[in-house]
Amino acid sequence: MEHVAHDASDFSRLAEVGEMELYHPKTFIGKYIWSQDAKVIAIQYSITAIGVGLVALVLSWLMRLQLGFPHVFSFIEPSNYLQFVTMHGMIMVVYLLTALFLGGFGNYLIPLMVGARDMVFPYVNMLSYWIYLFAVVLLMASFFVPGGPTGAGWTIYPPQAILKGTPGATWGIILMLVSLIFFIIGFTMGGLNYVVTVLQARTRGMTLMRLPLTIWGIFTATLLALLAFPALLVSCIMMLLDLLLGTSFFMPAIVSLGEQSAHSGGSPVLFQHLFWFFGHPEVYIVALPAFGIVSDLLSVHARKNIFGYRMMVWAILIIGGLSFVVWAHHMYVSGMNPYFGFFFATTTLIIAVPTAIKVYNWILTLWHGNIHLTTPMLFAIGFIFTFLHGGLTGLFLGNVTVDLPLSDTMFVVAHFHMVMAIAPVMVVMGAIYHWYPKITGRMLDNSLGKIHFWFTFLGSFAIYLPMHYLGFLGVPRRYYAVENIDFIPQSAHSLNAAITIAALIVGAAQMFFLYNLVWSYFRGKPSGANPWNATTLEWQTAETPPQHGNFGDELPVVYRWAYDYSVPGAEQDFIPQNVAPRDVVPSNDKK
Amino acid sequence: MDAMISLTFWVTGFVFIAVNLFVAYAVFRFRHSKNRRAAYEPENKKLEVLLIVITSLGVAAMLAPGLFVYEKFVEVPKEASVVEVLGKQWHWSYRFPGKDGKLGVVDVRHMNDKNPFGIDPADPAGQDDILISSPELHLPMGKPVKVLLRSTDVLHDFAVPQFRVKMDLVPGLVTYVWFTPTRTGKFDLLCNELCGVGHFVMRGSVIVEEDAAYQAWLGSQHTFAQSSARVPGDAVLGKASYSVCAACHGAQGEGNSALNAPKLSGQADWYMKRQLQYFKTGIRGTNDKDVFGKTMAPMAATLNDEAAIDNVIAYIKTLPDSPATSTVKQGSVNGQRTYVTTCAVCHGPAGQGVQATNAPRLAGMSDWYMVTQMKNFKQRIRGAHQKDLYGPQMSSMAAILADDQAVNDLVGYINTLK
Repeated sequence: MEHVAHDASDFSRLAEVGEMELYHPKTFIGKYIWSQDAKVIAIQYSITAIGVGLVALVLSWLMRLQLGFPHVFSFIEPSNYLQFVTMHGMIMVVYLLTALFLGGFGNYLIPLMVGARDMVFPYVNMLSYWIYLFAVVLLMASFFVPGGPTGAGWTIYPPQAILKGTPGATWGIILMLVSLIFFIIGFTMGGLNYVVTVLQARTRGMTLMRLPLTIWGIFTATLLALLAFPALLVSCIMMLLDLLLGTSFFMPAIVSLGEQSAHSGGSPVLFQHLFWFFGHPEVYIVALPAFGIVSDLLSVHARKNIFGYRMMVWAILIIGGLSFVVWAHHMYVSGMNPYFGFFFATTTLIIAVPTAIKVYNWILTLWHGNIHLTTPMLFAIGFIFTFLHGGLTGLFLGNVTVDLPLSDTMFVVAHFHMVMAIAPVMVVMGAIYHWYPKITGRMLDNSLGKIHFWFTFLGSFAIYLPMHYLGFLGVPRRYYAVENIDFIPQSAHSLNAAITIAALIVGAAQMFFLYNLVWSYFRGKPSGANPWNATTLEWQTAETPPQHGNFGDELPVVYRWAYDYSVPGAEQDFIPQNVAPRDVVPSNDKK
Repeated sequence: MDAMISLTFWVTGFVFIAVNLFVAYAVFRFRHSKNRRAAYEPENKKLEVLLIVITSLGVAAMLAPGLFVYEKFVEVPKEASVVEVLGKQWHWSYRFPGKDGKLGVVDVRHMNDKNPFGIDPADPAGQDDILISSPELHLPMGKPVKVLLRSTDVLHDFAVPQFRVKMDLVPGLVTYVWFTPTRTGKFDLLCNELCGVGHFVMRGSVIVEEDAAYQAWLGSQHTFAQSSARVPGDAVLGKASYSVCAACHGAQGEGNSALNAPKLSGQADWYMKRQLQYFKTGIRGTNDKDVFGKTMAPMAATLNDEAAIDNVIAYIKTLPDSPATSTVKQGSVNGQRTYVTTCAVCHGPAGQGVQATNAPRLAGMSDWYMVTQMKNFKQRIRGAHQKDLYGPQMSSMAAILADDQAVNDLVGYINTLK
């Protein structure tokens, strides 16, 4: 790379750096297995992430069976229940959502949307995937070691994570920590790639303020991840040292189950600070790509420009920045100095403002639009409902006073599932329905898609709305069985059973989606290059699916932002980013 | 605090419904039509600024009163009395400062079965500390109390949902929370921070009562000095009382399955003492379905006082301990799995019993008796009495055994432990 411009007007010349040397695979293995093509790596990431996500889905069923019908399924013992909770959480947050949004969508969309031939460091990109796969294998291996996987909760708080009153306190936790370390190494390799590619490999004319919001979301999330994951990395290493070498980073002097330990002087709260310094940005590592993608889906399918693009970009950056100063709102009752509560409650509620702006702008994008209720659009609109719901319940938990009674109850479980499970998954689904035609050249089946949407959307509310109520009642989370508690009425148990049934149905409805993915790959309707009439570069490739190198002989030149929909005076209701002003066909009827 | 929840509920509820209806309307009103084109409206500065201002005001309106309420939550009133809550896997206990109004210095290094609170024996302030080793905490009505929270092992959380009180216990730190009980009665105390296999059964209760009743209760509890000065039982005196026991339990305390009398020799003294007291006071052996327990109750009544109980137990401790004969066949893999993952955490991997977790010895004890007791716990024949403060935990654990086969498998496995 030669020259990095600082003046915004120079950015349009950036991509005139010479054509990159592409690696040319000759064999099947080189093309599809040890591939250095970001698109193939994206698919590898996605399939692995969805595969491991299915494991986590089954774990959630098992948990719900236990909660809904206690003592009916006798193979689920208290330790198994905790193991299911832990593995479900960790897989879903890190190994599914983070890997899918950044490794999957990031790899596929960044080079195509910024007009690059590939990632800047393709070989490192390939390594990134294989290290991720190794981390997944390690994690799955913990199901087969003595003692099973760790049951310390996805937050793996010490001291309990490494003491024997917790399931999987030896092999299980070691595998978990080592797997996380590898995940972070693999992610860093990919993440550096995404950031450098966005900054350095944009095609001619693609200024930062012409980037689609999808790229802004993924780019900012990657920056957050690069800054946040090291906090988790060091905590994993320190906990391993505490466990294996007997150091005392997080271990004070304790007597556990009648036995004195040799540790002394460590601080369990230190771990929590480190964990949530990673853990809170992690929420936005998942949410920001979702914000970006949903903005593009809404705009394309409403045939209208995204409302307030610049504000949207700034909101993403401000949310990303603020996400590093709110972490202790996860720790209001952790025993940290209670005066911290004032600061963290304030920062947390401030973050609601840029987030609210994003919601307003999505809705204003719909206003006066020409809304096509395609399957991706249904999911995008579904996202607005679920995210709004999760965001508003966040105002309860962020406000320290209101958090006190609700902390550690089912309300928290309902809140974070709504905001960082259902809402981002809505976007993942919408995005797959949206980009599948580009990836495979075939459309996903629309009827199956709509069935899938309605089950998932309505089902999510059936699961989580009543769960908020359980939280108001004071039903604690992470309880194997909620029995013999006087203030919990019998009706709460019936409600738990109902939630379980809803969860089973929603889980089963995902089979429509999996079937659709496979069936449409062979039998789906051919899509053509640009089935949604979208403006961004990935839809303007010469071939569909795009070949190695993405854009044929010549890279596209960008003349406009990503949202020229329904521009007055133009014949068509969209103008692709690479159409020069002189090539726009004027409209016949002068209004 | 509840007012804050209501305020937040109504504000967010209104926003939720209003915005959702607006979206639904927009989707319906601007649905696709061939004859219409979407508007082209990249930005609208005025509208955006207006929305930012309104949102900021709304958020501030929820935050500001919240911070004022929180200030009250953090600032402890000067007149608040002090009580310490000690959490350990999976049990609550409490310490009151005693006459001098000061809690003695503690250190986990002093902690052992005789000194479960880890009080420094050299500190005079600790001698008159009143120790409550049961999970039931009594508090006076209408008086502010500052609860100091201490854990000896992992994170726990002191949560009394009906008081809106919740705070973590962190090993190595002393945390606090304060409140004023405003209503008499019995309230559930839960652990709300994941603390291992027994998390869901780490329960206790807070009993709020009028001052007189509270003072009477407090006066009947032992201080640290009293409990450390306790004279051990006299085995010679106990031998005489044991003659009554020997009729069923055997001269060597070896047990007799024909008479439904379990083996006693080798069992933990603290456990036998508690059971004898339970039988004596009607906490155990009063359930109609507990046929054999009902036989035991009048026998326990023959022991006049605490000293008599200590003496007979001291004698039992002198009896030779040889493993009881097995009557349940070799355990299956299922029994082993349950024992290792669940039972062993409290009762010990070898079934040796652990006083710190209130878990009696199992290995080498009468297996037929364990079968009956597991079923009793499961059916809440045992462990369900209101005053049985330890039984409910076992009751919830026994509930994980699906059927009689599972009980047999488990006990069969315990038979293999040495």
